[in-house]
Amino acid sequence: MTKAIKTVGVCGAGGTMGAGIALVAARAGFRAISFDMSEGALDKAAKQSADFLDKSVARGKLSGDKRDAIIAAMSRTTSIDGLRDCDLVIEAVFEDLSTKRDLLGRLDGACAEDTIFASNTSTLSITEIASGSKHPERVVGMHFCLPAQLMKLIEVSPGILTSEDTFRTAWRWTEACGQMPVKTQDKPGFILNALLVPFNNDAIRAVEAGVAEAADIDRAIKVGLGYKMGPLELLDLIGLDTQVRLCEAFYPITLDPRAATPPLLRRMVAAGLLGRKSGRGFFDYQGNAMFGA
Amino acid sequence: MSHAFEKIGESRSFPNGDAFLNGAVSRDQADIVIYSGMRFTPDSRKAAILIELGEECLGDHINEDNPEHANVLGFARYRNGDDPPSRLIELVRHSKTSEVAIAAARDLFAVAELEVSLCNDQSGRIINRLVVPKYNAALRFLDEGLATQTDMDLTCKLGLGYPDGPIERVVRGGLAPYYRVSRELFDAFGAPAFAPPRRARIAFKQAAINSEPTKR
Repeated sequence: MTKAIKTVGVCGAGGTMGAGIALVAARAGFRAISFDMSEGALDKAAKQSADFLDKSVARGKLSGDKRDAIIAAMSRTTSIDGLRDCDLVIEAVFEDLSTKRDLLGRLDGACAEDTIFASNTSTLSITEIASGSKHPERVVGMHFCLPAQLMKLIEVSPGILTSEDTFRTAWRWTEACGQMPVKTQDKPGFILNALLVPFNNDAIRAVEAGVAEAADIDRAIKVGLGYKMGPLELLDLIGLDTQVRLCEAFYPITLDPRAATPPLLRRMVAAGLLGRKSGRGFFDYQGNAMFGA
Repeated sequence: MSHAFEKIGESRSFPNGDAFLNGAVSRDQADIVIYSGMRFTPDSRKAAILIELGEECLGDHINEDNPEHANVLGFARYRNGDDPPSRLIELVRHSKTSEVAIAAARDLFAVAELEVSLCNDQSGRIINRLVVPKYNAALRFLDEGLATQTDMDLTCKLGLGYPDGPIERVVRGGLAPYYRVSRELFDAFGAPAFAPPRRARIAFKQAAINSEPTKR
């Protein structure tokens, strides 16, 4: 029997991803409870969500009444016990296995016996995360893309012990939210990051190998393949330090040489060239000059 | 900047009927001479000599220590298998290519409303070097049951904003021609990521079998 979802909890809702997931749920008519340890982070997220909704109204994409209804459907808590009434809890906390496993263990004690737990992990194994719960059959992968409130895609992944009912309920909930779920196996990076992380590394290695300058590589990819953004521009947006962390998550579990951190990437991070957020990465965001030029 | 087109067979970059071909002048009148499918003739009086490349390197055609080859560049207009050519020209320089020749080639292609990415003379140039490992991984994931083809393609389109998914793209361009691209890169680099995937190998073999004459 598929569980009816009415109330959705989001752990780590003080972060960008968690806040976006809470918006997705509330926008679709579910009661959304944002949970974070930091009151300040929840305040900031609530303001960002309100700003987003106000912009949607200003652009004519949302009525004022609907905005008010969404805001009314959202509440927040800094206590995990505040999630006790949730039918579905989605975690979007720091990408660390022990952190996520510990959280699931605490959720076991706080939530009802039939609550479904979803992990927004982008790199970790759902099965390993689920081992933190006494009820791994109620744990499923649900990877949203940033920004969650704008991106339709969700990778939904069953762990080894995930029940069919849990998977089906999670899948139907994503559809009820107007999202586009795709089913993937519980493998490192699922589809998106399994393809993207090594591809971006290959682009870095092409720069390092002197194949072409960063701007020429990005132009080739955009013009030749029709991508909206070149891989090096995308890396600057993601943050080069984030790419290092992704590599460090991927390589030990895949041993794929393409997933290993490229030496140039390490050097750039060491030099403080983190991409847009530091003003310079493969491209310079003050003078718009190409890296190395 | 005028150009002459010396070719044997059809150019992959500029198929028969392409406006760029129609704008060609005679070799004597041209500032730039383009060679496709034939041995080139050095001519240091020209602003540039362009050799259309397939999967091979520019170094297969020239001797970069020969001063007569300082104005010679390679190029290929990127296309996915049998898809129509894109607007991208991968312009290939060697270590002693003159800047004047590069500038002349850029001007020529800019007038034709093509966009140039300059690269050094390495196997796969830019695009194939980057996309082949990714497409190979996608085809391997499909074999391993990570997800369906539809879901993998949809993920790339929705999650990354690609105009098409990796598998639909390779299949549309032709798995058999894709095999040759992947094989060439695997031979050049020896890295497993470039090894032709199962589906491409099969397509290539089937195409070879189908092209054999049948017994009467």
